[in-house]
Amino acid sequence: MTTRAVEPWILEPLVKFVKEAGARLVLLMTPAGQVLAQHGFSRAVDVMAAAALGAAIMASTDEIARQLGQPPFAGLNHQGERHGIFLAAVPTGRGRLVALIVYDLAASSLGLVQLFFEQLAADLQAASPKDSVPKQVLAADFERELSDSLNTLFGR
Amino acid sequence: MTTASAEYGRVLDLVTRVHGVRGAMLVAGDDGLVVAEQLMEGIKGPAVAALAASLATRLRRALEAAGVGAGQFWHLQAEQGALLVVTAASGVLVVAVAEPDVNVGLVRLELLRAAEAVG
Repeated sequence: MTTRAVEPWILEPLVKFVKEAGARLVLLMTPAGQVLAQHGFSRAVDVMAAAALGAAIMASTDEIARQLGQPPFAGLNHQGERHGIFLAAVPTGRGRLVALIVYDLAASSLGLVQLFFEQLAADLQAASPKDSVPKQVLAADFERELSDSLNTLFGR
Repeated sequence: MTTASAEYGRVLDLVTRVHGVRGAMLVAGDDGLVVAEQLMEGIKGPAVAALAASLATRLRRALEAAGVGAGQFWHLQAEQGALLVVTAASGVLVVAVAEPDVNVGLVRLELLRAAEAVG
């Protein structure tokens, strides 16, 4: 399974997290669904679908929190028969990122994922460039940006 | 009528009253989350719970592969302390963190009692 990142500072913390938490699939993206790193995906179409769905879930829970008059939820876990999904935000120097983690219940657990996610968040915070402003993707550039990102994420 | 948390507190008391025990926890065996805890300061409960549950799962598989049946009790001795774990029938782990020179037999007995009470 390969781990790839569009921005190099993400790679080392992510590789460490995947190894320690036993995560099967990981996406790190902006709240808008722009993918910055991935682990375990073999098809670009799966990355795009997962990113869109993850960002949408995050936006929905943020809105629920807003309507309840409280800060955004720290994380969301959804457990199935064989796999679990953990979705949470990570504050970094590049702004708020969203992590979508799929773990195999036979190889990992929510406790392990939560434990090492805290470390991932701290590592990403420490590694992220502090003085940079997140690049805005304009509609005109969207397709090219997406294509470039997917090429990087799949080593093309 | 006692609440579940009061009952869990009473169960953990069985373990923590043993001299040399620095803390006890009930941990959900499947997901490694803390159900109840009585820990001295400085012990990272969620970390111990997640890692103990992960270890318990692997030990269970090793024992199954060896054809020796389900594990009942395990004890890890370290330089500065010990970790002792019993699995309850429901899959909940009863975990004790203890001093290195704790009376292991007594802790084991109380862990088994606690596991029986948890069910």
